[in-house]
Amino acid sequence: MAAVKFTLNGQPQTVDAVPAMPLLWVLRDTLGMTGTKFGCGMSLCGACTVHIDGQPQRSCVTPISAVAGRKVTTIEGLSPDRSHPIQLAWIEEDVPQCGYCQSGQIMTAAALLAKTSNPTDADIDEAMRNNICRCGTYEDIRRAMHRAAELKRAGGAR
Amino acid sequence: MTAPGFNRRSFLRTSAAAAGGLLIGFRLPERQALAADTPAASSKLNAFVHVGADDIVTLSIHKAEMGQGTVTSLSMLLAEELECDWKKIRTEFPGVDPAYGGFQGVVGSQSIRSSYNSLRQAGAAAREMLVAAAAQKWGVEKTACRAEKSTVINTATNAKLTYGSLADAAAKLPAPTGVSLKAPADFKIVGKSMKRLDTPGKVDGSTTFGIDVRLPNMLYAVLQRCPVFGGTVTGFDDTKTKAIPGVKKVVKISNGVAVIADSTWAAMEGRRVLTVQFDEGKVAAFSTPGITQSFSDATQPAAPVALPGAVKTLDAVYQTPYLAHAPMEPLNCTAWVRGDAAEVWASTQMQSSARQIAAQKSGLPAASVQVHSQYMGGGFGRRGGVDYIGEAVEIAKSVDVPVKLTWSREDDMQHDTYRPASLCRFAGGLDADGWPIALKASIACPSFAGANTSTEGVRDLAYTIPNFNTEYHDVNPGIPVSYWRSVGYSQNCFFAESFLDEMAHAGGKDPVELRRKLLTKNPRLLAALELAAGKAGWGKPLPAGWGRGVSVANNIGSNTVQIAEVSVEKGKVKVHRVVCAVDCGAVVNPAGVAQQIESGICFGLSAALKGGVTIKNGRVEQTNFHQYDVVRIDEMPKVEVHIVPSQAASGGIGEASTPGIAPAVCNAIFAATGKRIRQLPIRPEDLA
Repeated sequence: MAAVKFTLNGQPQTVDAVPAMPLLWVLRDTLGMTGTKFGCGMSLCGACTVHIDGQPQRSCVTPISAVAGRKVTTIEGLSPDRSHPIQLAWIEEDVPQCGYCQSGQIMTAAALLAKTSNPTDADIDEAMRNNICRCGTYEDIRRAMHRAAELKRAGGAR
Repeated sequence: MTAPGFNRRSFLRTSAAAAGGLLIGFRLPERQALAADTPAASSKLNAFVHVGADDIVTLSIHKAEMGQGTVTSLSMLLAEELECDWKKIRTEFPGVDPAYGGFQGVVGSQSIRSSYNSLRQAGAAAREMLVAAAAQKWGVEKTACRAEKSTVINTATNAKLTYGSLADAAAKLPAPTGVSLKAPADFKIVGKSMKRLDTPGKVDGSTTFGIDVRLPNMLYAVLQRCPVFGGTVTGFDDTKTKAIPGVKKVVKISNGVAVIADSTWAAMEGRRVLTVQFDEGKVAAFSTPGITQSFSDATQPAAPVALPGAVKTLDAVYQTPYLAHAPMEPLNCTAWVRGDAAEVWASTQMQSSARQIAAQKSGLPAASVQVHSQYMGGGFGRRGGVDYIGEAVEIAKSVDVPVKLTWSREDDMQHDTYRPASLCRFAGGLDADGWPIALKASIACPSFAGANTSTEGVRDLAYTIPNFNTEYHDVNPGIPVSYWRSVGYSQNCFFAESFLDEMAHAGGKDPVELRRKLLTKNPRLLAALELAAGKAGWGKPLPAGWGRGVSVANNIGSNTVQIAEVSVEKGKVKVHRVVCAVDCGAVVNPAGVAQQIESGICFGLSAALKGGVTIKNGRVEQTNFHQYDVVRIDEMPKVEVHIVPSQAASGGIGEASTPGIAPAVCNAIFAATGKRIRQLPIRPEDLA
């Protein structure tokens, strides 16, 4: 066990954990932040996606030791009130069905929107193709992604 | 319309529930914020409706939500008759209770069909009680009052009372014995596209799925099962496991060895170094090539197949593999077994069976078991099984705190109850004009619910073909099989609709023209066919290398026709567009219908293009999504859904579109390339 210090959703956080323990399980079991989902454990499905220093990362294969001193953002920290343009667009387009993959979809989409203010369909395919949805919400995701870009342009950078 | 058959006993006794008004008596500690959304004092008008002093209406959704939109559509049925403000609705999943009709579960796309009238009656009964309470307060007749948007209006004075102010008094009144239901023409909510009620919690991580349940002092478990189906544990060595930090206990249960720890990760690490010896049992003798051969042997005709009236004949053999469900939320269950009671928290399609298995495994009477139904991260039939709930209860018996059992994705892929592999041998005959005159089908696959389920989609073809029959051979090597979204139709519709296409081409007929001719006695399917063909531009030119394919399906009380447009390049299929016409009778939520059609198409397309579970020596070869791939965003076609307007009895929708996509795509591939696909998933060598 070792103490690991990092920033979680803007707040300083210290956890005592086995260094190899994936960030996913620290978030879910140790800290009780269950918005980040377990789907495959092998970086294959994207359900566990969080931002580490702004980059989308798979928390299921990220050892807690690797986030020491870094900034981690989870779905709970994306906005305080579902006001991130991605969340607003997801609600407008009623994207989720079962919803289980959507935390990961949203975190991946938010990272895309942060670096590409007007993503093309090809950009969306490239960024989102490793996030699996078994309910088949893909076209709703695509539509919401374009809508989020509009919202972001209308509301200024976020 | 009145409902004379309305049964008072089908509702819980009305009572002024003062204790927080929660139907689920247990609140998860970290969900206090949500609890604050629930009225401090609310009154239970019947098993389905609670009204809070603050006007918040809490609806009990006795079915379960796995993405299919039940929470929203069932709320629409209740709200329609309750006349409540849609913006003031909350929903809860109640426990298992006879008040909900004796069976609680979501199977066979039945939720709307089985609740369409009973929920409207529940909504109407609650409305009547609120109206009666208002009438009492004003000292007027009930007929002088009407309900609108969560208020009761005195039609003489225009005075208004909110539902919240009436709830307490209403709850003390007897439930009405007969209630009037609206005529469909008067619907304000039902039939309109409504936004899903469960969306907000699914975009900020706050929705609690089964796997997210947290209880004080809870522990976490994983289970090592025999990799061969039906194998048993003969011994184990947990020396290394117990040295892993966080591991608390190792315990043998009926089908494996469980590691219990203070986190899921610690339990997984403990299992990684656990050594278990198994007696692999009989299934170890089976592998996919032998299984397929046994299906083929079973369907070999003893004598040439008679095709009376045939001038031209053709035959073909089709086959499909075992399939995993792979819902995004891996299976899990939290169980707490105490001396005289047990509770389980689970994302399950089968609350009733969940309680039964928990009672059986805990040794307690069912009445002492509480099931806390959670949002499901997908089900697709897998969560109709309750094996994982039984396991959790067995494990929980060994400790005195709650335990959450989590399946890894590898557990999920390798210990599923699979869509059965199947093989179908067809012989078809055409008359002198090239029209089908005879069709014989022989199907071999393992059954789990009898021959009807194994042959549905072939046996019950909607077409009029003289001399048509289906025979079935139950060949079961012992790989566990069960319901998979659309069940037998998932493979049989591919078989039948593909072979019908073969017959069309053999007779020189256009595939839509052929279906039109064979569907003259089925006006609903025929209308859906015409709608789809028109919207798709059937017969209009496509780019070179593209093709169109059509399929017809008639399952779960609904009728669907799909037309797919595909291109094939360098051995790879690209599905560009799917037009789906659906007649599912009276529609509750058109937006929900469109979502489910698109969803079912994606699910069936994954199976057509990629899905396949193979068996080697009694164990599944695939372990995770790298070996069991599914459709991704860049592979998803544009889906256009066209609903046939209808006031016929509602059909199901969650499984309606899954059967038809594979044959529509494969028929389109034939149109594009001349290659006939007779085996799924589609292999590059079949396109070369």
